[in-house]
Amino acid sequence: MEKSIDLPPPRIGRFRHIVNLLRTAPRTAKFGMVIVGLYAFVAIFAPWLAPYGEAETVSRIPFDGWSSDHLLGTDRLGRDFLSRLIYGARNSISIALITTLISCTIGCMTGVFSALVGGIVDQVISRFVDAIMSVPDLIFILMVLSIFGSSIPNLIMIIALLTSTRFFRISRAAALNVGSLDFVEAARVRGEGLVWISVNEIFPNILPLILSELGMRFCFIFLSIAALSFLGVGIQPPAAEWGSMVRENAALINMGDITPLIPAAAIALLTISVNFIVDWLLNTASGLTDEN
Amino acid sequence: MTGKPNPLFSMILGRIGLGLVSILIVSLVIFSTVSLLPGSYAAAILGQNATPEAVAAFEERLGLDQPWFWRYLQWLGSAVRGEFGLSFSGRPVIDIIGPRLVNTVLLASITAVIAVPLAVTLGIICARYRGRPIDRLISTSSLAAISFPEFFIAYVLMMILAVQLQLLPSMAGIRDGMSFGEQLYRMILPVLTLLMVILAHMVRNTRAAILSVMSSAYVEMARLKGESEDRVIMYHALPNAIGPIASVVALNLAYLIAGVVVIEVVFVYPGVGQSMIDAVRNRDVPVIQACALIFATAYIGFNLIADVISIVSNPRLLHPR
Amino acid sequence: MHDTANPEAAAPVIEIRDLWIDGKLNETWAPIVKGVSLSLRPGEVLGLVGESGAGKSTIGLAALGYLRSGARATAGSVRIDGTDLLSIPEADRRPMRGTRVAYVAQSAQAAFNPAHRLMEQITTVAVKRGGMRREEAQKRAVDLFVALQLPEPNTFGERYPHQVSGGQLQRAMVAMALICNPSLIVFDEPTTALDVTTQVEVLIAIRKVIEDFGVAAIYITHDLAVVAQIAHRVAVLRFGEIIEEGALDRILNDPRHPYTQSLWALHDMTLDKSDQHGQGGGALLSIESVSARYGDFAALTDVNLQVEKGATVALVGESGSGKSTLGRVITGLMEPSEGQILWDGKPLATKVQRRPLETLRRIQIIYQSADTALNPRTTIRKIIGRPLKLYHGLRGKAREARVTELLKMVELSEAFADRYPGQLSGGQKQRVAIARALAANPELIICDEITSSLDKVVQAEVLRMLLDLQDRLGVSYLFITHDIEVVRVIADRVVVMQNGRIVEQDDTASFFAPPHEPYTEKLLASVPDMAGGWLDAIIAQRAV
Repeated sequence: MEKSIDLPPPRIGRFRHIVNLLRTAPRTAKFGMVIVGLYAFVAIFAPWLAPYGEAETVSRIPFDGWSSDHLLGTDRLGRDFLSRLIYGARNSISIALITTLISCTIGCMTGVFSALVGGIVDQVISRFVDAIMSVPDLIFILMVLSIFGSSIPNLIMIIALLTSTRFFRISRAAALNVGSLDFVEAARVRGEGLVWISVNEIFPNILPLILSELGMRFCFIFLSIAALSFLGVGIQPPAAEWGSMVRENAALINMGDITPLIPAAAIALLTISVNFIVDWLLNTASGLTDEN
Repeated sequence: MTGKPNPLFSMILGRIGLGLVSILIVSLVIFSTVSLLPGSYAAAILGQNATPEAVAAFEERLGLDQPWFWRYLQWLGSAVRGEFGLSFSGRPVIDIIGPRLVNTVLLASITAVIAVPLAVTLGIICARYRGRPIDRLISTSSLAAISFPEFFIAYVLMMILAVQLQLLPSMAGIRDGMSFGEQLYRMILPVLTLLMVILAHMVRNTRAAILSVMSSAYVEMARLKGESEDRVIMYHALPNAIGPIASVVALNLAYLIAGVVVIEVVFVYPGVGQSMIDAVRNRDVPVIQACALIFATAYIGFNLIADVISIVSNPRLLHPR
Repeated sequence: MHDTANPEAAAPVIEIRDLWIDGKLNETWAPIVKGVSLSLRPGEVLGLVGESGAGKSTIGLAALGYLRSGARATAGSVRIDGTDLLSIPEADRRPMRGTRVAYVAQSAQAAFNPAHRLMEQITTVAVKRGGMRREEAQKRAVDLFVALQLPEPNTFGERYPHQVSGGQLQRAMVAMALICNPSLIVFDEPTTALDVTTQVEVLIAIRKVIEDFGVAAIYITHDLAVVAQIAHRVAVLRFGEIIEEGALDRILNDPRHPYTQSLWALHDMTLDKSDQHGQGGGALLSIESVSARYGDFAALTDVNLQVEKGATVALVGESGSGKSTLGRVITGLMEPSEGQILWDGKPLATKVQRRPLETLRRIQIIYQSADTALNPRTTIRKIIGRPLKLYHGLRGKAREARVTELLKMVELSEAFADRYPGQLSGGQKQRVAIARALAANPELIICDEITSSLDKVVQAEVLRMLLDLQDRLGVSYLFITHDIEVVRVIADRVVVMQNGRIVEQDDTASFFAPPHEPYTEKLLASVPDMAGGWLDAIIAQRAV
C-alpha cells in the first residue's frame, strides 16, 4: 500500500530553507533584522562614519545646539554628540555581545553537563544557581562592583556570570527534555560517551531555544550595562556609552531639549528590534502562530 | 476531606523551610563575596600606601581580625535584629539606609498595589481576545516597553508631563516636613514610570501563563460543551492558572527592585537606591551587603508567597485521594 | 446491535455534505478533509475508521461545527436538524454544542478540568442551557452513573477528576455527553488510551447507553475490531477521503477497496510455523531471579526468562506490568536489585557504562516511536553510519557501501541516506531504526512495542521483514508488546507479565490453546475480535 517506500521525499536545500523562512517572517521581524544590520554596520565602521573623534573636544561651547558643524550639537565638555553616539554604538554593542557570548558558553556547557550527569552533582549545581538567582541581578552586580571596582573586564565578568545562570536553567531543562528522548537513550545503550552525546545528539536539538534565549539575554545585558553606566557605575568616561551619555547631558531635558534622549532612543530601538526577531524565532520554533 | 493528615500543611511548611535555607545560602554568598576582595580588605579601602598600623587599627575597629565564620554569625545575628554594623564611613549602616528604606518601600508598594491587579486584568483581556486588535496592541506595546531602558521611559514622561505640560514636578525630592498629600503628589511621576516598566513584563507573562492553560484539552472540551468564551476563561482556565500567575508576578518583582534604583536616581527620590549607588562609588561594602540581604530576603519572601498560593490553588493537593 | 428499528424512516440527525477542510502546515494551507459526505439517522451508530492523520478527529469536531486553530472549512455543509453549522455565526453554533450534539474525548484525564468537581462539570450544560434545575440535573447525572455502572453513584459526582480511575473517568465523560439528551454524540477514540481489560468495561457501558437512550453516534477509531462491536455502519477514511462506506457486515465480510482489505493484513497474516526457531540453539540470554524497584515500588519481582539463539520471545502485558522495565534492565539502563543476567552463560555487567563495547554491540534495541528514536537533526546516513564506525571502525567508501546495503535490507532505496527523519513516514522511520540496529550485527534485538504506532498495513510489512531478516541473519528477538495479534504472528514463545511478575510462559501454539492461566484468560478475552458479536457474547456471558 505504501507506495512511497521507493520514492524518497525531495531534498530541500538548507539555503532555500533559510530563504523561505526569511520570506515568511512577519513584518516586525523583518524590520528588526534591518535595524540590527544597520546598527552592526555603524558599530563596525564607526571610525569612518563619525565626523570627529570619540573623546575629541571640538568646540569651546558646552551643550552647543544643533548646527551644520555639529549635527546634534556638543556635550558638556564640548565633544561632538553625533560622533560620540556613533562610537557609543561600537562600545555598547561590543561589550554587551562579548558578555552575552561568554555567559552563553559558560551557562550552556554547565547546563547540559549538569543535566546529563544528573545525581548529586546536578543537585548541588542547581541549588547553587537557585541561590544566586534569588538575589535580584542589579543588586548582585552593585555588590560585586563595590568590592572590585567598576572596570570593563569586571563588568563583563560579573554580568556574564550572573546571566549564565539563566542559560544554565534553560539549557539544563532543554537537555533534560531532549535527554529523555529515545535517541539519546539509544546512544547511551550503544556505548557513546557523554561528550559525543552532548555534541551530536543534544546541542543540535536545543540550538533554536538557545538562539532565542541568546537574543533575549543580549537585550537584558545591553539594558543592564546601559542602566549601570547611566547610574555612573558602569562603563567609565571618557569612553562613549549611550547610558552615560544620557546621564551626562540629562540637565538639558529640563530645558526641553531632546538631545539626551537620542542615545536612550537608540538603545530602545535596538532592543525592540532584537526582541521582535526573538519573538518570531520563538514562534517558529514552537510551531505556534497566532491565528488571525 | 479524610482523616489522614493533609499533605498541604507539610508541603507549605517544607516550602517555608526551603525559603529559610535559601536566605541562609544567600546571606553566606553575600557575606563571603567580601573575602573575594583581592589583597587585604583594609588595604583595599585605605589604599596601597596605608601603614601596617593603620591597617591593623582599621581591621580591629571593624572586627576584621576575627575568624571569618565568627564574623559571619555576628553579622547575621545583628542583621536579624535589624542592625548591620558600621559602614566604612564610620556611621552605622542602619542610620544610612533606614529612613531611605522606608521611602523606597513606600514607592515600591504603591506601584505593586496598582500594578499587580492591573497586569492580571490586562493579561486576561489579552488571552480572552487573543489575536484580536486589542491583544495585538497590548502585546506589541508591552514588548516595546520591556525593550526600553527605564531611564528612557522616565525622561520621556518627565519631558511630556513635567517640562512640556507642567502638570507634575520633575523632581521627587520628598522631605519629612511635607504633608503626606504633597509627598504622594511628588511621587506620581516615579510611580507612573515604574508602573510602565513592570506592567509590561507582568502582562506578557500573565498572558503566556493563561494561554498555556488555554491550550489544554479541558479547555477545548469546555468549548465543545458550548461554554461561552468568557466562561471558558474565567471558570475553566483561570482557576488552573492561579499558580503560574502568582509565580510570574513574584518573579517580576525583581524588575521592580532594579527599576526602583534607576528611577530614584532620575527623579532624585531619597530612597535606598541612591545610597547604594553612592556606596558603590565609595566602595562602602557593608552598606551594599545590607541592601543586598534586605532585597534578597524580600524577593525570596515574595516567591515563597507565590509558591504557597500555587500549592493552595492546586486541587490535587487541596483534595487528596 | 444490528437490528435497529428501521432507521430509514426518520430525518437525518446530521448531514455532512461535501465537506472540505484545510489545515495549516508550515504557513501554507493544504486540504486535510476532501469532500466528505456523511449522514446519520436517529439512533444509528456510524463507525469512522482510519489510521492516524486520516482526518477522523477533524471530521468529528466539524460535526459540532468546531474547527481547531490552524484549520478552516473551505466548502460544504454540516447540517444538524436542518441547520448548517458552518454558515451560522459562532454565537448561534455554541448553544447547540452539549445540548444537541455532544462530544466524548479520547483522554478523559486531560479533558476534565482538574479544578472542579465532576458533578459541576457534568451538569453545567444542563443547568445553563438544557433548561433543567440544578437538582434535576444532578438527579439525572446520578441515574446516568447507575446506567454506566459507576461505583457509589450517589457520591461519585462529589469527587475531583484526579480522584477517579481512568476507566471510570471515561464513563463519567459519557455521562456528561448524555446529560442533555442530545440527538448525536461524537466518540473520538474513547478507549484508545485505556488498557485492554479496562477497554472492555468502557465499551460495554458505551454500547449499553447508546442502546438505552437511542442516541445516534459517530464512533471514531483506528481499530476495526472495536468498531465491529459498536457500529451499524462503517465509513473507512484515508487521506481525508471516505474510500468505502457500507453496513458493518458488508465491510467485515466483503471489503472491496484494497485499502480496506489491507486493514486485515495483520489479522490474515499467517506464517509457516513448521520451522520453530531456536530449538537447539541454547540460551543466548538468561535472566535469573531478577527483581528491580523504583524507590519503594517493586517494578519487577523474581523474573526468570530465557531467549534462545535465533528465537523470538514475546513479552506481553498491560501498561505497568513491568515489561518495559525488564527491557531497561537487560540493556543496562536500570540496575536490578536482585538476581543476574547471563549472556552466553557469563554474567553481564548491570550498568551500561561498565559493559565493553563488544557486549553492547550484541544487544540492540528498537523503540516504539521512531519519531523520538531518531535524532531529527541528523541525516539517515549518519544515523546508520554511526554504529558502523563505533563498532566496526568502518570509514569512507566501505561505510557508504554498508549503509546502502543496510538500507536495501530494510527495503529502502539508497536515496534515503541524505534525508532527515522528519521527511520520512512512520513506517520508513521504523525501517531506518531497524537498519541502525542491524548495523551493529547484533545477536539480540529488543523490540519495544515497535509496531504499535504504525498503521496496520505497515505493521504487517515490518513484521514480515523482521522475520525474513531473522531467517537470513539468525538474530534473536525479544518482542515487548501489548498486541496479542502481533504475538500470534511473530512469537516462538510467549511470556505474560502482570504487576512485575511473570504469570505464564509457553510456546506460542500452546499459549493460544486452552486451558489458560486466569490472567491470560482475561487478557485474551479482552482483545476485541475482528468479527462482530464478540461483545454481545461477553455481555451474554455476564448475564448468565
